[in-house]
Amino acid sequence: MTAARELARRFRPRSGNPGHPPRGRQPRAAVSRLLSPVTCLLSALLFFTGCPQRETAVQRGNRDQILHRSLGYDVVDLDPHLVTGIAEGEVMRALFEGLVAEDPENLHPVPGMAERWDVSADGLVYTFHLRADAKWSNGTPVTAADFVASYRRILTPSLAADYANMLYILQGAEAYHKGANKDFSHVGVSAVDPRTLRLVLEHPASYFLALLVNPPWRPVPIAVLEQHGRSDQRGNAWTRPERIVTNGPFVLKKWTPNQVMIVEKSATYWDAAKVRLKAVHFYPMDSRDAEERAFRAGQLHITDAVPVAKIAAYRRDSPHLLRIDPYLATEFLRLNTQRAPFTDPRIRRAFAMAIDRESLMKALGGQVKPAHAFTPPDTAGYTPAARIETNVAAARALLKEAGYEGGRGLPVIEFLYPNSENVRVMAEALQEMWRRELGVEVRLINQDLKVTFAARRSGDFQMMRSNWIGDYLDPATFLDIFRGDSGNNYTGWSNSSYDAALFAAARTIDPAARRELLQKAEALLLEAVPIIPIYYYTHVFLKQPSVQGWHPTLLDHHPYKHVWLEN
Amino acid sequence: MFRFITTRFFQSLLALFVVISATFFMVRFVPGGPFTAEKAVTPEILRNLEAHYGLDKPLWRQYLDYLGSLMRGDLGPSFKYPNRTVNEIIGDKLPVSAELGLLSLGIALVGGITLGTLAAIKRNTWADYLASGFGMIGISVPTFVVGPLFVLAFAIHLGWFNASGWYTSADRVLPALVLGIAYAAPISRLTRGGMLEVLHQDFIRTARAKGASEARVVLRHALRGGLLPVVSYLGPAVAGILTGSFVIETIFQIPGIGREFVTSAFNRDYTLVLGTVILYAVLIMALNLVVDIVQAWLNPKVQLEA
Repeated sequence: MTAARELARRFRPRSGNPGHPPRGRQPRAAVSRLLSPVTCLLSALLFFTGCPQRETAVQRGNRDQILHRSLGYDVVDLDPHLVTGIAEGEVMRALFEGLVAEDPENLHPVPGMAERWDVSADGLVYTFHLRADAKWSNGTPVTAADFVASYRRILTPSLAADYANMLYILQGAEAYHKGANKDFSHVGVSAVDPRTLRLVLEHPASYFLALLVNPPWRPVPIAVLEQHGRSDQRGNAWTRPERIVTNGPFVLKKWTPNQVMIVEKSATYWDAAKVRLKAVHFYPMDSRDAEERAFRAGQLHITDAVPVAKIAAYRRDSPHLLRIDPYLATEFLRLNTQRAPFTDPRIRRAFAMAIDRESLMKALGGQVKPAHAFTPPDTAGYTPAARIETNVAAARALLKEAGYEGGRGLPVIEFLYPNSENVRVMAEALQEMWRRELGVEVRLINQDLKVTFAARRSGDFQMMRSNWIGDYLDPATFLDIFRGDSGNNYTGWSNSSYDAALFAAARTIDPAARRELLQKAEALLLEAVPIIPIYYYTHVFLKQPSVQGWHPTLLDHHPYKHVWLEN
Repeated sequence: MFRFITTRFFQSLLALFVVISATFFMVRFVPGGPFTAEKAVTPEILRNLEAHYGLDKPLWRQYLDYLGSLMRGDLGPSFKYPNRTVNEIIGDKLPVSAELGLLSLGIALVGGITLGTLAAIKRNTWADYLASGFGMIGISVPTFVVGPLFVLAFAIHLGWFNASGWYTSADRVLPALVLGIAYAAPISRLTRGGMLEVLHQDFIRTARAKGASEARVVLRHALRGGLLPVVSYLGPAVAGILTGSFVIETIFQIPGIGREFVTSAFNRDYTLVLGTVILYAVLIMALNLVVDIVQAWLNPKVQLEA
């Protein structure tokens, strides 16, 4: 007994540095006394390591202004013209800066590489004045010619940039990208002088500056690219740490795929005096559970997400670590309007009205908000006017009118959704609601994500789970996908009045008139019900209290130059 | 011996060819492609992408092209990672999985054989029950339970290790232990069974009758035969352990090849799927050959015949 206690005492972990606060949680004395000698000996014998209680990465980071942040998956590349994902966008914001940057609180466009800009009275010509101290990380100035060369590059067909069509708003860009016109001088991009860039649009667009913060609009150092291969081809390895040249507040220091990416404060950045973080360490974490454990072990300041099953526990025990921010995204169902029975708008409507979204939200953990329209409310000042109400009696009446009273005679409907625990919970709840309220039978078809995408493309579905994440702060990023000519429509539904309203809205500068046109379009969409909105997303994540300047923003963008750590 | 090895080599080559061909065509027939995503690319961009990666050519042409570049040791570009090749990805990640695998294998062999031998010698005593109990528990409790439990105890509660990652040598401890225990358990069961069988054979009685010490009987005479089941188990097991464990690599977020093996299929990263399958096939074939040779060496009754 005494010997055992002596052992336990000797091997009890002690804080290596008494000046620092103990780790987040008090050790449970009994367990640690029992376990520590055994495992400490074992690991010391096998691996020659000791077992002192260490200072955590978060504690060190707080002291040294190093932010430890996890990303949902491994960044596939760092070329702003080739990346499309959320994790890549996160790193892009640290490494590259476009003509405009984002306000940390509301993401409104603020001066970036351009110190100011003028817009012509007709809203078509934007003249950007680049700042004199705009520099690449190799010390050369960022010029208007860099932007021209960059936009030419992303619009070159051979690069096959996924998001090249985001630049179609530039005059002549679409024709150039599709090969109809091979002369880039016909595209609305020109360098007036080294510090003046002129962009000419196809049509006035109130959201143009908001669009500019996306990665495809950022400049790349063409001269550097050409040292490592062709700039207009994929597979150019210029983004390796020893080669990459960037123009943002941070520079790439280290990149070990699937492990860590380290960016450090850039010395050449024009606003370096404002940058308070010394470095950001990005960790790709594709397991939510592993990520949460790493957060608890003091390895992370900020997580990408939280396992749904853990949200309630955090709410109860550590609400100061849990953040639930609004997020510009909608979960909805696509209905195939070309396939019976959803060719009949009454049946589509009946399905949409029979859903009790409020009780569904409870089943999903209570962190998302019910969606009665498609565009999330208050998107850059726009809130949809029309709504899909829950009205079971009206839904039953519609179904009866369509000839299927009480669901009798209606064939079994197939509901396609991807493998995912959260989606499964939603699908089962919906299936039960439709059975109970309408008497219809819905069969759940669960497939690999890419298989569902393939079915969507070929129109081989009746009803499928979908979602949409806004690309920029404007309702157009949502409503545009159901235009007749949109590649993301997939419902088989199109309506010329809807398309016309959006066309007119895109060319309307007056905000109130434009809002009205968009509301009219959304009302048409909700009237025809090719989609059933389910809920608006929130971004749920864990954050150490030491992280400052991390504001809730709709796009989940947090410009790192405004973030700092405080003990 | 030489004839045996050359014959096996050519048999393996043929098998490898079948594996490559079957995989090549099978991944192509899975719905969805490398460029299908939530947000669709426009038809023009899709055409450009397919042209860049040669996916616009007829399938038989792509197949011949692939075999051609394979002959030159080029596994092609990754579809998911636009600026990386499959050779680079495997070169980055295989050493990580192999390091973890070797550490775990060490733990599994030392722990498993020791416990198994102990259990066999002390049959039906508390030592046997303890060792067999460990074996049963180790086999029945999956790594995705043991892993998070270890993290909870040693990383979060005691704070000795990182909960995940692969940065310092201390980060090797937990994953190697968890994976090592998972393999030590079946090895201890197999060793115990093999040893029990051998310990009842005549040559052991003869050795004892000649006055050999118990240690000499066990280590010199019995273990050699008793390990035969372990050796045949080790062939595929070592291939699996070296090419990484998806579960362990996910729990501890280790940048190994095991995760690529699974995620490349989800991503429809055709070349990376093929690259990892080829790697795995070659390792299994090579290790099975080694196992056959080792078995012949351990057991005089086994003849290497072509």
